[in-house]
Amino acid sequence: MGGFTPDNLVKAKEIIGLYPKARSALIPLCHLAQSQDGWLTPEAIVEIADLLDLAPAEVKGTASFYDMLHTEPVGRYLVGVCTNIACMLGGAYELLEHCEDRLGIRCGQTTKDGKFTLEETECMAGCDGPPCVTVNYRYFLGLDNQGIDQLVDDLEAGRLDNEIPPHGTVYRNSRNVGLTASPTQEPQAGGKSSQIAQPTPTKRGAK
Amino acid sequence: MTDDDKFLIKIDGADYEASPGELIIEACDKAGVHVPRFCYHPRMKPVGMCRMCLVEVSGPRGMSLQPSCYMPVQPDMEIVTESDKVKKAQDGVLEFLLINHPLDCPVCDKGGECPLQDQTLTYGPGESRFVEAKRHWAKPIALSELILLDRERCIQCARCTRFAEEVAGDPMIDFMARGDSTEVNIFDDNKFTSYFSGNTVQICPVGALTATPYRFASRPWDLEQAESTCVGCATGCRMVIQSSQDKLIRYLGIDSDPVNQSWLCDKGRFGYLANYAESRVVTPQVDHQEVSWKVAVDHVARAIKEALATTGPESIGIIGGSRLPNEDAYAWSKLARSVFGTNNVDAQLGDGLDPEVIVGLPKATIDETCASPLVVLVGPDIKEESPILFLRLKGAIDRGTTRVLEISPNPTSMTKYSAMSLFHRPGEAHLVVNSLVTPGPTKAGSGAGLPVGGVELADIDRARALIEDSPGVVFVLGRASMADSAQIVTQCASKVRENLPGARFLTVVRRANTHGALDCGLSPNLLPGRMTIDDARGYYEGHWGQVAQGPGMSTGEMLARAAAGSMAVLILLGADPVSDFPSRSLAKKALESGALVVSVTSHLDESAKLAGVILPTTTFGEKGGTTTNFEGRVSSLSRKVTGPGQAFDDWTVAVLLAKELGGDLGFSSQQDISEEMERVVPLYSNLKPHIWTSLAQSDGVVIPLYGDRVVPRWFDPIATPGIASLVHHPLRPGTGVDKESDPVRGESLPQVPARVEFSEVSRELSIPTLDAYSLRLMAPKVLYDRGVLTEPLSGVERPGSVLRVNHYDLDRIGAMSGDRVRVVSSAGAHEAQVEVDDSISKGTALVAFNVPRSEGQVLAGDLIGYGELVTDVRLEAL
Ligand code: SF4
Ligand code: SF4
Ligand code: FES
Ligand code: FES
Repeated sequence: MGGFTPDNLVKAKEIIGLYPKARSALIPLCHLAQSQDGWLTPEAIVEIADLLDLAPAEVKGTASFYDMLHTEPVGRYLVGVCTNIACMLGGAYELLEHCEDRLGIRCGQTTKDGKFTLEETECMAGCDGPPCVTVNYRYFLGLDNQGIDQLVDDLEAGRLDNEIPPHGTVYRNSRNVGLTASPTQEPQAGGKSSQIAQPTPTKRGAK
Repeated sequence: MTDDDKFLIKIDGADYEASPGELIIEACDKAGVHVPRFCYHPRMKPVGMCRMCLVEVSGPRGMSLQPSCYMPVQPDMEIVTESDKVKKAQDGVLEFLLINHPLDCPVCDKGGECPLQDQTLTYGPGESRFVEAKRHWAKPIALSELILLDRERCIQCARCTRFAEEVAGDPMIDFMARGDSTEVNIFDDNKFTSYFSGNTVQICPVGALTATPYRFASRPWDLEQAESTCVGCATGCRMVIQSSQDKLIRYLGIDSDPVNQSWLCDKGRFGYLANYAESRVVTPQVDHQEVSWKVAVDHVARAIKEALATTGPESIGIIGGSRLPNEDAYAWSKLARSVFGTNNVDAQLGDGLDPEVIVGLPKATIDETCASPLVVLVGPDIKEESPILFLRLKGAIDRGTTRVLEISPNPTSMTKYSAMSLFHRPGEAHLVVNSLVTPGPTKAGSGAGLPVGGVELADIDRARALIEDSPGVVFVLGRASMADSAQIVTQCASKVRENLPGARFLTVVRRANTHGALDCGLSPNLLPGRMTIDDARGYYEGHWGQVAQGPGMSTGEMLARAAAGSMAVLILLGADPVSDFPSRSLAKKALESGALVVSVTSHLDESAKLAGVILPTTTFGEKGGTTTNFEGRVSSLSRKVTGPGQAFDDWTVAVLLAKELGGDLGFSSQQDISEEMERVVPLYSNLKPHIWTSLAQSDGVVIPLYGDRVVPRWFDPIATPGIASLVHHPLRPGTGVDKESDPVRGESLPQVPARVEFSEVSRELSIPTLDAYSLRLMAPKVLYDRGVLTEPLSGVERPGSVLRVNHYDLDRIGAMSGDRVRVVSSAGAHEAQVEVDDSISKGTALVAFNVPRSEGQVLAGDLIGYGELVTDVRLEAL
């Protein structure tokens, strides 16, 4: 079928076992599939549907409701620029425009080399350091245009590979909720706090 | 619920009675107060999605706006449906719904019967404050070959998605994305291939969902409509048939409470396409040359006269009639028995059930079946055989009113809803049923140890417990497979009759008016009114003059005699034995044997191609009368359009032939026939003209008629927009038919003979043991077969005529999935295509009956021999 890898299939079944109703495992399984492939492939959707006794349309219906579940391929790095109120006041639209220029794509598109996808996001709870940019949901706060250029250079050169896991990675340290730790990712010291990286602390906003 | 539970509520200042659990909107409907609505549908659970139904409701904190479709009534509740506050809410909701609505009414199929249009006009703000660009989508997208979706018209009421999930159990469509990007869609290219997909079009309150055959076909104000009964299968769903310029253009389901509760299957809904199919015959033909009616009828009459003079009336036979209205069937029965002098009439084509099983068992209606604590399903996949019965039963299971015990050779659509399924060896259902109903020690404990019909004893014991613990049980009986004999079902019935005298039965057969045709005497041993020839011959001689001595031959016997060269005339009454008789080779041989084959038909089916004479007849929508569904419910058919070319009604053909033969049936209109039936046939007594008129507006009546049965019904104008915008029956107390109060019929009638009762005693059938090299064949019927009704429905998925076997059996002969093999049965050797399917038990093979065959595939009918209890086949690798 080509949905989950054998390892992840085992894990999927464990996750299903955590819930009194199989259907409740729908979103966790979507996360699992996304951490495996970087997005929710049609094959994964079909397999999730089979595992939960749902129709694929129902799985896709739920998955497509959530912005952080991607039912279409995304690049190696998913760059999100928050344009909600705090970030907007902090120059998010200008920054987003600069990102478009720098990456050569429009918001919502993926670069030809498959490296970057750019999207506009709602509030990511980084309002204390607007504008808030996320790369695969790791935070870069208060960047200006040069900051973005630097970030893109770093990403392209692979300098941030330690900071930024592949798209879809939900956590690098599995909490033990009856499951064993995720074997696909190396456990990293530091937990969530290490994911908030501020490579080039800069002045707030462009204006 | 007793009346004591009821309480008073106030709607717009007036007092009304309400019952606990009732929704406010239901109470308002009953009170005749209309609350606008979109998402609420009386046959589905409420979702409170659209907010159109907001009303002011009293509560602990005073009056507040509440969705009336979602909130149940409470004692002393005060409800205000018209106030400034309500009006403001309605304005707001409609303005909101219209933000993204394209307002392309002039090119929208719904325009003119659209709840959004109508309610905007009645309740809307008149103007919108929105100037922003509306959303745009590619339009339309195909959810399937039949269903198109214009997404920007959708108001997200979730009627279609709820129907698919909750009612049909086919959640192939769902909402995708969120906010202003929300759309209904399918997953990838998994098309919305539900058998029930057309219902979503019927209930969509806007023009978002349209059906390909109706798209741009007409405007609602150009449509005329009449109530009728679907003849796609024997469920007899009530529907309106709509036409424009004398052409049938759309069918919609009527909310008939005891039958289809507003739903139709797609086969029925799009059945009108068959009226305009290329295979339609419109001119009489003799030896495939077009001739006049006179020449054709003369030709047939001459052949019959000659047969009567030489080989005798036994050499004349009539096969079919289960597609005819009751009246026409009665006319043909009278013709055969009193003019031809033969009892060789059989409405069934060997693919049905023993007539006594159909008409003689204690019956359960669909309602009674759905209310029975336990339903035992013996035989077919009812979703294929009777789709709406499937929906009704599934609904009852979901509501928890009934449980199903399934006894079938292989998994069916009911399996996942059944409390328990017993999968047995094909052809051995009666053994399983016997062990379930015969009293005695538990089977596992009895020491016998061996499985029964392939079912483990422990499972039998569990199923026995289900039956024993249930306070009532209804058996739904039908043919699981054309490859095994109807006698097996008869035996199932007799085992149950013997041991569970309280059990009742619903017999499921395919062709629409099988029950009615039997009731009207198109059965070798039954005269009209479910009476045997022995019992009722004298009675009918009193009315008809003469009646042939019986019994006559069944279809199988007639075909066998024809094949042996001793039939002179075979009349096919809307019947196609080559396709439908289980043994195709026998049917073909019979029709090619030299007997004069007369096909009285609306379509050039396979048998008509072999006929010497073709007499073209009208078909559904082109003729009136009544039809009887498998419950024994008589309901009306409507003649909405004129038949094409020179097509005649079937009863007129009978009258013409009788005249040519010097007889007189005494009928000059269909009404003459129904009057005679009411007068002569005790079963139809009391079906007087005033009931006929009410029948045309009702759910039909189950005969024999007792007491209060005709109940006028309520149409929710928004539930089925296409109908209710034209017809609106207010809900009022039943104006039933009371047998007692009807004037007693003429006392001078002779003693009325008794109706036949199922009396077959149970006996052993010697089912051959399956040898190690053979597979037992299953040939179930499917909804979309090669029949004339479904053929024009292009684009639906039909199973191919492949032989499906377990991989184990395929490995044994060294063949692979997709290979061609030789398959040998008692009926001959054929080449076939095989496919692995591990849902098929080892030792069996399945090929759907009468489905389109492509190069190198075998038709099930080619493998089935005549008169055998089961069909065993051998596979050989090529
Ligand atoms: S397509 Fe029609 S029925 Fe389905 S949600 Fe939209 S408006 Fe409702
Ligand atoms: S279930 Fe049968 S009677 Fe009802 S719509 Fe379908 S074909 Fe017609
Ligand atoms: S507003 Fe941008 S992160 Fe909250
Ligand atoms: S919310 Fe009540 S009808 Fe839609």
